[in-house]
Amino acid sequence: MSTTPLPGIGVQYDLTTREHQHLSVIAHLDGTRTVNVYRSDDPDACAQSLHLTSGEADTLVDALMPAHHSPNLLSTTGLGLVAERVELSSGAYWNGRTLGETQMRTETGASVVAVLRRAEAIPSPTPAFRLAGGDTLIVIGTREGVEAAAAILGRE
Amino acid sequence: MHSSAIFLIEFGAIILGLGLLGRLAGRLQFSPIPLYLLAGLAFGTGGLLPLGASEEFVAIGAEIGVILLLLMLGLEYTASDLVSNLKTQYPAGLVDFALNAVPGALAALLMGWGPVAAVVLAGVTWISSSGVIAKVMGDLGRLGNRETPVILSVLVLEDLAMAVFLPIVTALLAGVSLAAGSATLAIALAVAGAVLFVAVRYGRLISRFVSSDDPEKLLLVVLGLTLLVAGIAQQLQVSAAVGAFLVGIALSGEVAEGTHTLLSPLRDLFAAVFFVFFGLHTDPASIPPVILPALALAVVTALTKIATGYWAARRAGVGVKGRWRAGGTLVARGEFSIVIAGLAVSAGIEPELGPLATAYVLVLVVVGPLTARYTEPIAAWIGRRRSGGGPSAGQAAAAKPVRDAVGRV
Repeated sequence: MSTTPLPGIGVQYDLTTREHQHLSVIAHLDGTRTVNVYRSDDPDACAQSLHLTSGEADTLVDALMPAHHSPNLLSTTGLGLVAERVELSSGAYWNGRTLGETQMRTETGASVVAVLRRAEAIPSPTPAFRLAGGDTLIVIGTREGVEAAAAILGRE
Repeated sequence: MHSSAIFLIEFGAIILGLGLLGRLAGRLQFSPIPLYLLAGLAFGTGGLLPLGASEEFVAIGAEIGVILLLLMLGLEYTASDLVSNLKTQYPAGLVDFALNAVPGALAALLMGWGPVAAVVLAGVTWISSSGVIAKVMGDLGRLGNRETPVILSVLVLEDLAMAVFLPIVTALLAGVSLAAGSATLAIALAVAGAVLFVAVRYGRLISRFVSSDDPEKLLLVVLGLTLLVAGIAQQLQVSAAVGAFLVGIALSGEVAEGTHTLLSPLRDLFAAVFFVFFGLHTDPASIPPVILPALALAVVTALTKIATGYWAARRAGVGVKGRWRAGGTLVARGEFSIVIAGLAVSAGIEPELGPLATAYVLVLVVVGPLTARYTEPIAAWIGRRRSGGGPSAGQAAAAKPVRDAVGRV
């Protein structure tokens, strides 16, 4: 999965399946979605592109999801928030430092709502929580905020 | 009382006429901009029905139209979009400038219009229409194509360049000395840089200050702020449009979406008024003499845009077909060519500039969607005809639809 920003339009998410088929989804700024599949003779060009309203996209997600999923809170509020998983590498500057030292909420407005460490999840870590290499942080905020948070956490 | 009745009748008739034209454009599946321009030509100076009472209001409406156009453009981009584009794509921007601004400047010099008009015409031929292009790509289902980010980055760079270019034009048109002009430009650059920096660092704070759950308050705050900043920018000789663009950049983020839906209808109304206003100030009788230069310029700059897109897409590693598509898509010129020409028209330099810009935009706003659609198939067809035909063969090919379309216009 890779992302490409499309200034003025939104963000494009590209996915290549195990069978080497290329699929992309464009998240428009107005909340609608476009799903694209590509031509076999010209892999740069869309063979089909389906434009979905946010409601239709929700329905499609429901159909794609394995059964028993709870609807994702973030996608339904429509507040323009995103949740991202940010990996902390073992060589990261923050390895062994506390969450408070990152000043993340002050700097970016994004919050760390949980930390995934090996097989356990730590919900709502306090500023005194000590980070370790290999942690996965679940960060929620505006798109810019989360990107900025990922940049802070990526510090070597 | 009496004059206000006449004003209402005139202005109402204009807006209603625009609405009907817009519907017609929707039927025909193309941009309403050329129809609005033609509507303006039909009324006004030397037209069928000179307007009297509403002239002044239309002029102010046009001013607001330009400001809203640029505000909305700024809202589309976040400051980080602009900065990252500038860092990675600047060669494409430079090629774009060299290939498309230079023909305009040369044409003006060839016609003996002098340096100021040359700078203005360079701007007219340089800037593609992001509005028309975004719509065409959506209509053709190409938003997910690999060349799309390349096309968008060229557009972003052009819009950013406008923030530097408009103050230069404003200063030149005001006829200021070199020293004062440089000072203006320095102020403009410093302000633009400062706004970008603040927007990147503190965009959230600004958004929070403006943000409001109540649409009415949001509308008033954003509109008020924009007009105020635009006015101050105008006072500093930086051009109101640039001020509005920078406000749009600074407001990107969560406010942008709400503002976008709120301001779109206003933008559409006043932008339509702006195109009419531009047409009003162009005497239809002055168009025939400039038709030939306009067509020649349109053909040349359509080809140079195709070359620009081809080069930029090749640089980004897009395949040959995608390169032709990128080139063909970039051809459309529109609102900003008219904005730039409008500055010159209101300053009253070179009387033929307005008619030329009008004819030029009329041609390319109609031809642009056609080149977007057909450049690639035609280039492929030519390629098959003479195997091994490089870009030069394709260049000639790309000219064909342009000529055909011109014949149709």
